[in-house]
Amino acid sequence: MKIVVCIKQVPNTNEVKLDPVKGTLIREGVPSILNPDDKAGLEAALQLKDQYGAEIHVITMGPPQADAVLREALAMGADKAYLVSGREFGGADTLATSTTIAAAVKKLAPFDLVITGRQAIDGDTAQVGPQISEHLGIANVSYAEEIKVEGEYVIVKRQYEDRHHIVKAKMPCLITALGEMNKPRYMTPGGINDAYKTEITVWGRPDIDVPDDELGLTGSPTRVVQSFPKSLKPAGVKVQLDTAESADYIVDKLKEKFVI
Amino acid sequence: MSLKDYKGVFVFAQQVDGKLSGVSFELLGKAQDLAKDLGTDVTAVLLGYKVEGLCDHLAEYGADRVILVDDPALKDYTTEPYAHAIDEVIKKYKPEIFIYGATAIGRDLAPRVSARVRTGLTADCTKLEIDPESKLFRMTRPAFGGNIMATIMCPDHRPQMSTVRPGVMQKKDRQAGAKAKIEKFNPGFEKNDKFVEILKIIKEESNKKDIMDAKILVSGGRGVGSKENFKILQDLADVLGATVSSSRAAVDSGWTEKDQQVGQTGKTVRPHVYFAIGISGAIQHLAGMEESDIIIAINKDESAPIFDVADYGIVGDLNKIVPALTAKLKDYFAAKAKE
Amino acid sequence: MDFKLDKAHEMMRTLYRDFAQNEVKPLAQEIDETERFPRETVEKLQKYGMMSIDIPKEYGGQGCDSLSYVIALEEIAKVCGTTAVLLSAHTTLCCGPILKFGTEEQKQKYLVPLAKGEKLGAFALTEPNAGTDAAGQQTKAVLDGDEWVLNGSKIFITNGKEADIYIVFAMTDKSKGTKGGISAFIVEKGTPGFTFGTKEKKMGIRGSSTYELVFTDCRIPKDNLLGELGKGFKYAMMTLDGGRIGIAAQALGLAAGALESTIAYVKERKQFGRPLAKFQNTAFQLADMYTKVEAARLLVYKAAIAKDTQKVYSVEAAMAKLCAAETAMEVTTKAVQLYGGYGYIREYDVERMMRDAKITEIYEGTSEVQRMVISGSILR
Repeated sequence: MKIVVCIKQVPNTNEVKLDPVKGTLIREGVPSILNPDDKAGLEAALQLKDQYGAEIHVITMGPPQADAVLREALAMGADKAYLVSGREFGGADTLATSTTIAAAVKKLAPFDLVITGRQAIDGDTAQVGPQISEHLGIANVSYAEEIKVEGEYVIVKRQYEDRHHIVKAKMPCLITALGEMNKPRYMTPGGINDAYKTEITVWGRPDIDVPDDELGLTGSPTRVVQSFPKSLKPAGVKVQLDTAESADYIVDKLKEKFVI
Repeated sequence: MSLKDYKGVFVFAQQVDGKLSGVSFELLGKAQDLAKDLGTDVTAVLLGYKVEGLCDHLAEYGADRVILVDDPALKDYTTEPYAHAIDEVIKKYKPEIFIYGATAIGRDLAPRVSARVRTGLTADCTKLEIDPESKLFRMTRPAFGGNIMATIMCPDHRPQMSTVRPGVMQKKDRQAGAKAKIEKFNPGFEKNDKFVEILKIIKEESNKKDIMDAKILVSGGRGVGSKENFKILQDLADVLGATVSSSRAAVDSGWTEKDQQVGQTGKTVRPHVYFAIGISGAIQHLAGMEESDIIIAINKDESAPIFDVADYGIVGDLNKIVPALTAKLKDYFAAKAKE
Repeated sequence: MDFKLDKAHEMMRTLYRDFAQNEVKPLAQEIDETERFPRETVEKLQKYGMMSIDIPKEYGGQGCDSLSYVIALEEIAKVCGTTAVLLSAHTTLCCGPILKFGTEEQKQKYLVPLAKGEKLGAFALTEPNAGTDAAGQQTKAVLDGDEWVLNGSKIFITNGKEADIYIVFAMTDKSKGTKGGISAFIVEKGTPGFTFGTKEKKMGIRGSSTYELVFTDCRIPKDNLLGELGKGFKYAMMTLDGGRIGIAAQALGLAAGALESTIAYVKERKQFGRPLAKFQNTAFQLADMYTKVEAARLLVYKAAIAKDTQKVYSVEAAMAKLCAAETAMEVTTKAVQLYGGYGYIREYDVERMMRDAKITEIYEGTSEVQRMVISGSILR
């Protein structure tokens, strides 16, 4: 089986803090991590490898330092890694990004499965996965909680708000993975050493077969016209009382506001 | 084909099992505002099988017209037949704007459509407006993990599309008796390899009230400490007629269910009162509840970020305060009942 | 001279830190309270190859360098002293000598399962009358036909009852003393005549399984002699050179963990209307602690690199252990003080770190022994 996993290096937005005075983001010193949904997708691919035997190829689109997530993927057990990097790809919205990544995935055809994370914790759009499947002309099953292989088909447990579907899709197809679908394995120390000794294939503009007007900023139908910090609700009252007084305080406020 | 040929505000009217989802009405409410600013009308696009009976309901909440695509292929949601239908609707009817609910369906359908049509899509918008000068669609959404807000536009591609989370927009008052102008459309559905097969549909048994409907939420986080300890929150909820919700940390620890999760990857709620108990107040959580009318926070850490958004912040041990509060409320209601 | 870690080692540190936070830390308090050996943690460490970080790949290890290994011990000790010592005893004190002195058959039979995580190892040198004076071995090994017969006892053995494979030192020729009279043996748990005595109740590293081993006419195959007859004392000393780097890393971790914890605490804890961190006395103490931990770290890393690049590294190892252990004791004690009343409460980890730190000044060569090694070298 050949599985292509698309991963992204993201700032750990769970650790970003707001400057209380300026109301701006403190971006410095925020560590970069492998996007959690993508890591779950990679783990799902590795489990398929353990079970059925497969070759795992990981791709990421990003600046040169994004190679760190490729090394992490290799150290977890992926077989080959590719970095799609170039100034021409920068400034892309989800459409241009997915176009670029799809072109990279095409280079690895024939493949059986493409796995992406549902969404990245910096963009939070959940758009790139389904868009890649459209560019590749294959089926996609999003919000996967479980993946099984049955011959030429994958059987996926697809999550909805109040239910799930068991879906059968013909390979090659694309699956977007939910972060909660598994607990990703750790790397091994030896795996890390090997990962840093493995050569990562770097693909730049000449390697991506897409017209100029579909890449980067030019290829992006949407653009950000303004960005601003969230206007913080003005802080309320904070009290520190003993237990009985605290309970009384809350009851009084509920009465004051006609809640009770 | 010029941009001027694209007219109208279209809403994807999501239905599941023949029942319209709440977000469809919310979108129609916002679509009315947008259509007014553009001097155009609101079209609901309804996909399903044997769902014609829902059309009038859509009219009651603001649809001037309903494009109905009714076909067995659309009975239950799968990506390809739905994407194909929307793509054909867009080709034929050329909407200027197309909005979808940011649901497990919308967040799969809309991107697939955007790539097929090759247009822009903005996800999880919290604010939608028409730019007064350019008449372009301004879509505002949280970015960078919810830490900042970004306003996005799609100047040169049509339709301008966005998804909106349930609970963010407000539906307008129902116009009882309104009848829909129905336009039936069927582009034909030919099975190909992109079609997937649904083998089984398993509905989650949920006796619990949907947290999005609750007027009062008693929400717990990492500070609650265990599944057993959520009982003290349930006790408080019981006495207030409230519902228990939680942060992601509690769900990940297995103390609460996923459908109780409030936050960026959970639900957005706007209750009248939100009790944040043992919740630190990470941005991803605030994104899901900061629009609550009254926020009451109980946390032993006085520097917890939740206190920056709470109307009333109580620094203290939730294990002592919550039961004490429950007891006080029980007494209060008992006394009131006697009056 | 580059003091920065390269990317691979940085990634290894991230791996060990994540593992420590998610898998080791949650158990630390409980295993200390109940004196329970964290078998489930051992299984996880085994699964990810962390019980054989510096053992070559050909024997089932991870094939990493000593630097990677000490970083692992450091990160683990930051959250749990017990887990760090059980790891280092297994890897350096048991796998180590088999790797260095064993025959190919012994490596295949014993080292491979130890490295692959199928078995746990221990090292048995100390006796009731032979601590720092290790030469005073009274456990005897006598060759009888095809078997060695062991008689005697060992005390304070880490991984005592939990291990499967033990490196046991015994006197084979009393007349020769340390110069050819002591030999090393590989003994498997369950061998008739090999039983366990007292489980020690300790001040710290209470989750570590510390037991007395008792040998009563315990017969082991002739082939279980490790290395050459009579070279046991030399092997023990060489093994302990490596071992003390491991303990130095454990001590470093304890100091660093206590320091990190205290820095976070003083920023939050308020008295007299402001955080403790704003009091210069507190700030200056932390500055001193920080500097000392960093100095210890450099000595530990230097010793690790020396182990891989030099034939003899005893002095580097001794300095690392001496400095790190004394720093650990000082820093953890100060941490408890800076925490005030809360520092004395077991729920706040610093008191456990202080109790754990003490042993690092004693085992695998007391600080006095380290001073003997260092002064012996400089005053030659």
